[in-house]
Amino acid sequence: MSTEHAAEHAVAHAPNAGEYVAHHLTYLNTTGHKQTALVDWSVLNIDTLFFSIAMGVVGVGLLWLAARKATSGVPGRFQGFVELLVEMVSDQAKGIIHSETSRKFVSPLALTVFIWVFFMNAMDFLPVDLLPRIWEGIYGSMGGDPHHAYLRVVPTADINATFGMSFTVLLICLYYNMKIKGVGGWIHELFTAPFGSHPVLWPVNFCMQLIEFAAKTISHGMRLFGNMFAGELIFMLIALMGAAWTGFNAPSILLFFGHFVAGLAWTLFHILVVALQAFIFMMLTLVYVGQAHEGH
Amino acid sequence: MEQVYGFVALACGLIIGLGAIGACIGIALMGGKYLESSARQPELMNALQVKMFLLAGLIDAAFIIGTGIALWFATSTFLK
Repeated sequence: MSTEHAAEHAVAHAPNAGEYVAHHLTYLNTTGHKQTALVDWSVLNIDTLFFSIAMGVVGVGLLWLAARKATSGVPGRFQGFVELLVEMVSDQAKGIIHSETSRKFVSPLALTVFIWVFFMNAMDFLPVDLLPRIWEGIYGSMGGDPHHAYLRVVPTADINATFGMSFTVLLICLYYNMKIKGVGGWIHELFTAPFGSHPVLWPVNFCMQLIEFAAKTISHGMRLFGNMFAGELIFMLIALMGAAWTGFNAPSILLFFGHFVAGLAWTLFHILVVALQAFIFMMLTLVYVGQAHEGH
Repeated sequence: MEQVYGFVALACGLIIGLGAIGACIGIALMGGKYLESSARQPELMNALQVKMFLLAGLIDAAFIIGTGIALWFATSTFLK
């Protein structure tokens, strides 16, 4: 069925490698075609929204399931695993944030962030063409042109999603800055840290603080985006090796072999990247909120 | 156009190569220190391991972002 479809596709219009990658890098957004302006607030990326919300529901649902069935007796494997996660996150939070009342909010936040980002990253493990092909079929059967059926399945490979999360962390940091130090105390810190309280140094200090906040937030979002985007792109390039199949001849078989080996190796390495990036995103959230608690 | 191809190839090589040098030196320094410190204080091994992975991710990030950008340049130039 799929080869038939592919052959039919090839007869109609064979996408070359560049078009294939470009097609897979185009979002399904509200305008229906590729976003041209660098910043356009009127465009919503429907695929990112859908998959991030779906993954959020899955993550929170799993936690809810574990909490609902939790026993104080001998826990099952699932409950044990969730307890392990909760304990790991709350241990990390204890080491970084010393305020008990803040931890009541920040520890669950970090746990949610960790699981959510992990599930969103884990969308990368699905074969790159699986969901886009299914969507192509659905879109085609709804009367649309299958060549314009764009879909990107990894929400964290969309810079809008990662910046959305890192800006939320920034807002939480600002909130805790004001809550812990008071609005006056925080403004005082903005102008007197890190260099000193001499009036000449006020603008310098303020600029440094602004740069610090901007750098933290941008690197927070860019790090996750860059890792997931590069990972997704490499999966696409690996898929291209298999797509170069022209029949049973030496180059095709060699490329198919390379496709298999490279795909396997990259998927295994990607398991580490996915878990590590989710963990780093969580840890940086904790560290930034922890910094908001510390006076200079 | 051939000149553009040449420049893009050079640029991608530089982005990935220089990034790899930095990331490798960083990982090597940190890994060495980790082994040293866990040989000195084995009871700290677990706590240090978590921090080591965290830092490994931080060190790798710039390199991976660079690799992604370089791959994008390469695919959009050579695979047209």
